[in-house]
Amino acid sequence: MAFLDRFRNPNLTFLAHPHPHSPDKPILKVEGLTVEYDSGAALENLTFELQRGERLAVVGPNGAGKSTLFKVIAGVLRPSRGLVEVAGHEPGGHICIAYVPQRTQVDWSFPATVADVVMMGRTGKLGLLRWPTHHDWQLVQQALDTVRLLDLADRQIQQLSGGQQQRMFIARALAQEAELILMDEPLTGLDSRAQEELFSVLELLHSQGVTVMVALHDLKIAGERFDRVMLLNRRLVGIGLAETVLNPVQLVDAYGSHLRLLPVVDGTLALGDSCCDEGEHDHA
Amino acid sequence: MLEVLLQPLQYPFMLRGMAAAVLVGIVCAVLGAYVVLRGMAFFGDALAHAILPGLAVGYLVGGGAREPLFWWAMGTAVVSSLGIGAVSRTARIKEDTAIGIIFAGMFALGIALISSVRSYTVDLAHFLFGDVLGVGTQDLLLTAVFGGLVLVVVFLFYKEFMILAFDPVLAATLRLPARLMDNILIVLIAVAIVVSLQTVGVALMVAMLVTPAATAYLLTRRLWKMMALAAAIAAVSAVIGLYLSYYFNVASGAAIVLTCTAVFTIVWVATSLNRRIRAVAR
Repeated sequence: MAFLDRFRNPNLTFLAHPHPHSPDKPILKVEGLTVEYDSGAALENLTFELQRGERLAVVGPNGAGKSTLFKVIAGVLRPSRGLVEVAGHEPGGHICIAYVPQRTQVDWSFPATVADVVMMGRTGKLGLLRWPTHHDWQLVQQALDTVRLLDLADRQIQQLSGGQQQRMFIARALAQEAELILMDEPLTGLDSRAQEELFSVLELLHSQGVTVMVALHDLKIAGERFDRVMLLNRRLVGIGLAETVLNPVQLVDAYGSHLRLLPVVDGTLALGDSCCDEGEHDHA
Repeated sequence: MLEVLLQPLQYPFMLRGMAAAVLVGIVCAVLGAYVVLRGMAFFGDALAHAILPGLAVGYLVGGGAREPLFWWAMGTAVVSSLGIGAVSRTARIKEDTAIGIIFAGMFALGIALISSVRSYTVDLAHFLFGDVLGVGTQDLLLTAVFGGLVLVVVFLFYKEFMILAFDPVLAATLRLPARLMDNILIVLIAVAIVVSLQTVGVALMVAMLVTPAATAYLLTRRLWKMMALAAAIAAVSAVIGLYLSYYFNVASGAAIVLTCTAVFTIVWVATSLNRRIRAVAR
């Protein structure tokens, strides 16, 4: 079966073309990125870099292009112009990027257990025509243990709570051996306890040197829980420490009419419309 | 009782028909899991109808011989499946509209071709509703070979097809060749339809793809179990359907499909009741 073995080697199949990493390069480098849909520009001329192990919060109003940005970085969507490099190479060849979808975009009635979904993350490493081995199931168990879902491994995915569903996708990213995890509004619809559990898992990822990029609506959480904040509204309004980025001028710039600034005794009070915290929004 | 079960089996045509129906039922049910999960029922139905002109040409060319029919149907099925796939991806109109236009046009072409022959009604009925009792040894062989091929491919690409059905974005981030895999799935559906033509015919084909898989979907929570259960339901329905057809003198394809539908209805009512009782108990 030498023929089959050659076919099975993931490095040689048409399935995966893993690029070598250049460890001296930033994990993510974006330059002049522009994405245009028929309806107009979704992202305009974005330039930024992300270092290994960093935690970046991406905030901005609905339709700011957060999901679009994530999909381009994941290599799902082709940019109209500009450059995206993951560890020094084009994202097209990487399977080290994991995308955690918004909960509303997942078919939760799909006939799969939690372990099945996490095992999907192994597919890239397995290659074509190869079935999961004992080693793969062990990695799945480890990943589930890391996100504290091991006792729910055999549940159908619909039976999980919102926070557990998010952690399941993080486990899938771990099984994928992802180095850059993109999470699209993972906090939407979670109560504060579930959010806390999610952050303790993110803390663990941070300690393991995994880079995370998280789209959020909550500016307070963005400032408190992340190393840097990106303020996005089709173009890059600002990126850096929360104190500098989330200033009134830039917030009005990003949120525009959705935000009212009121001068109060000890500074400025920003009132945002709360539409964005309810969830169930579809983002372009 | 035993007599009732054994009596039809003394006829070789009954045995061949039963073997073909069970085989086809299993193949369609396993593949049907993906049809159900990806919402491709309309595509399957359209593709079955779009084969009619191929059957008609095969019929006119081969003078009613079985084998040219099979190959013409196979060729038409593969070409139309890829064609429908391509049009629905690129056209500016919505996918189901594009499918509707192509399928109705092809079906009309098929009817036009067949109506140009004299014994029009009889032959058209065979194509539309199948003729499982007319299955010959050669037909059975072709069914087994191509049906087996479909099952092997489904088995080989199990994990890839599962990801494409559940999470296309993951498929993209894992760099799976999504377009190629989608086309493979489409061609598999086309082949399954062709091998099923003699059993249930063009018009009822979609039931074999959808009904047993949907029944299993209500009862299981893992994909491979859904496939296994769907195959079992389809095989049992095929056998029961043929017995009903024999004793009540009903068209065999219709009897098989009606049995599948009855099983689905029973399971659907039972699972709905069960859920309601649990909700009340809570």
